[in-house]
Amino acid sequence: MKTVDFVIKNAILPDGRKSDIAIANGVISSLDSSSTNNATTTIDATDCIVLPGLVDLHTHVREPGREDAETVLSASRAGVKGGFTALSAMANTSPVADTAGVVEQVYRLGQEAGLLDVFPIGAVTQGLKGEALSEIGAMADSVARVRVFSDDGNCVSDPLVMRRALEYVKKFNGVIAQHAQDPRMTVDSQMNEGLISARLGLKGWPAVAEEAIIARDVLIADHVKSRLHICHLTTAGGVEIIRWAKARGIDVTAEVTPHHLLLTDDLAGSYDPIYKVNPPLRTQADVMALREALADGTIDIVATDHAPHPMESKECEWQEAAFGMLGLETALSIVQMTMVDSSLMSWAQVAERMSITPARIGGYENHGQEIKEGAPANLLVIDPRRKWTVDRDLVQSKSSNTPYHGIELPGVITHTFFKGKASLLNGAIAAKGTL
Amino acid sequence: MRHLLSIADLDKVSAINILDTAAELARVSDGAVKKLPTLRGRTIVNLFAEDSTRTRISFEAAAKRLSADVINFSAKGSSLSKGESLKDTAMTLQAMGADAVVIRHSASGAAQRLADCEWMSGSVVNAGDGTHEHPSQALLDAFTIRKNLGMGSSDLSGLSIAIVGDVLHSRVARSNVLLLSMLGAKVTLVAPPTLLPVGVQSWPVEISYDFDAVIPHVDVIMMLRVQQERMTDLFFPNAREYSRYFGLNSERMALMKPGAIVMHPGPMNRGLEISAEVADSSRSVITEQVTNGVSVRMAILYVLLAGGVLDRGIN
Repeated sequence: MKTVDFVIKNAILPDGRKSDIAIANGVISSLDSSSTNNATTTIDATDCIVLPGLVDLHTHVREPGREDAETVLSASRAGVKGGFTALSAMANTSPVADTAGVVEQVYRLGQEAGLLDVFPIGAVTQGLKGEALSEIGAMADSVARVRVFSDDGNCVSDPLVMRRALEYVKKFNGVIAQHAQDPRMTVDSQMNEGLISARLGLKGWPAVAEEAIIARDVLIADHVKSRLHICHLTTAGGVEIIRWAKARGIDVTAEVTPHHLLLTDDLAGSYDPIYKVNPPLRTQADVMALREALADGTIDIVATDHAPHPMESKECEWQEAAFGMLGLETALSIVQMTMVDSSLMSWAQVAERMSITPARIGGYENHGQEIKEGAPANLLVIDPRRKWTVDRDLVQSKSSNTPYHGIELPGVITHTFFKGKASLLNGAIAAKGTL
Repeated sequence: MRHLLSIADLDKVSAINILDTAAELARVSDGAVKKLPTLRGRTIVNLFAEDSTRTRISFEAAAKRLSADVINFSAKGSSLSKGESLKDTAMTLQAMGADAVVIRHSASGAAQRLADCEWMSGSVVNAGDGTHEHPSQALLDAFTIRKNLGMGSSDLSGLSIAIVGDVLHSRVARSNVLLLSMLGAKVTLVAPPTLLPVGVQSWPVEISYDFDAVIPHVDVIMMLRVQQERMTDLFFPNAREYSRYFGLNSERMALMKPGAIVMHPGPMNRGLEISAEVADSSRSVITEQVTNGVSVRMAILYVLLAGGVLDRGIN
């Protein structure tokens, strides 16, 4: 008999087995309750699911540059509340994360906050301009060990730049995460082009602008035999292209956001820019295709595209408003509602799509591990039977631009464990630097 | 009804009520004393965040003939040109006690944002929002059609109406499609395929790319303005080619049915979508549209602010 830090009693593991989980010295010390009856803290997880800590491959933490919208610390707190143990900080900060200095700064801020791991994503091109490659090698070799590169927000639209970037990151098994959006077809675009945009008089954003880039890039990735990741897929046509590419053996992965699994373009009918997002909300047929693709593995992961904005960027006319919505705190609940409660996916598949596979794509070695003895104790506990109502005034993010305000969602995350410490304990977030 | 943001806010009964009210008010306007005391003591703000001459003047005249106090708030020389947000502008208007705000704005949905927000409580009249809608224009167009084609106080059943030109970017077209079809007219949109929105197939209209084939069958030809900026954005090869296929000139006018009329919401590009001969011809009711605009806008303000159906005994 030995003393451990935590024992989670009567938990349901992703595969449905019931087990106790003992945590000591940062790892799962045992799945056997008889050896762990002496714990500093015991948690009753009867009827609750324990998953490996979630890994977000697409987070806008806004720091440096827009600390009024979000900081590494506030994004970390939002992540912890949402069950995440790792975030990936997108490169479109100010200054842009296109040098080793900036990615090391973001990485260091994450370590200082200490609530989860913040892995910076490096820009593909200098200043996100799509012209000259950024210091990809220096970022990869930096303390931040960057493996994912993206100009997110901007598409790498020049096919030669895309080819070179895909080739270059092979040196260290990196991946290019493409924001697939043909810029010429989407000048000033405001929402999905279709029946709703025609009625509302908002400039259309055609699905083909996304699909054409995906099609081009899977062919380039095939040609240079490199690793491509498609950010926030939104269209049924894009799903078909990814399905085709995977059948051909092309090394491509794809993500979908929680909001594209639930929300549709008719919400723009209110002209409330809380629903303005890039890429835009699409049709119900697209939503159903995305759910099916996530269930069958054509889409590999869920990523939040958490995009905080200050209030004044949303309290205005639609066409003046900023693109983006919050995602970290609601992601797992939305996935439970759309994928688990609808019987499309099991909790084991949730663990794959939201933890194991994103960690593998990002090369985040201590994350996304199966729950077994000796694995790093990055975990979350969710009670899938409880419901909660989203309140934009109570979010952990510094911004309040959630599209789910006032909506009741299933699944309450009660605990998150990061490196064996409780970053979230009975709903309470640990203080900065205390873990 | 508190706001008029879109024709979709109206049903057939309320639309016809506005047209009938406008007809009554037009009779008053033809009299010696043009002014009615109905809205005395009420404040109407004309918030024109986008340049406009005829719509602003028309709403101003309408409000003044109903004895309302009118405040004009235009883009140039106001806080709007200094980057003030719609929210702050709305809160300013609320603080001034505006009973109604007539808003023209370059952003689609701006009127609805103003109506739905918690920043002000008055009525909102959409006087044109981006490429979305321009409901008062559609109502004055329906009024003009009814008057010229001897429809009395009925709806527009049995009429065929062609709307020709840049439907994609036209708020006038969107409002007219909704209103004219609701009133029973058969609407045909005539445009190059580049200037029709994706999704137009769900509209209650027929589509044609062949203006000449449509002309002999319609009672009304409504021409839309072609904006200068469309010339360089690949919608058609050049202005001359546009004019050749979709311009209304004397030769095409000769194909029109007897008694059929020509309309245009203005401002016109003479020589582009409409020739000077057609604009100034006896078939043209373009200046009458302007005249009718005042009566129709009086009716809109009357219905929104004085509440409901007009008392027939106003004379």
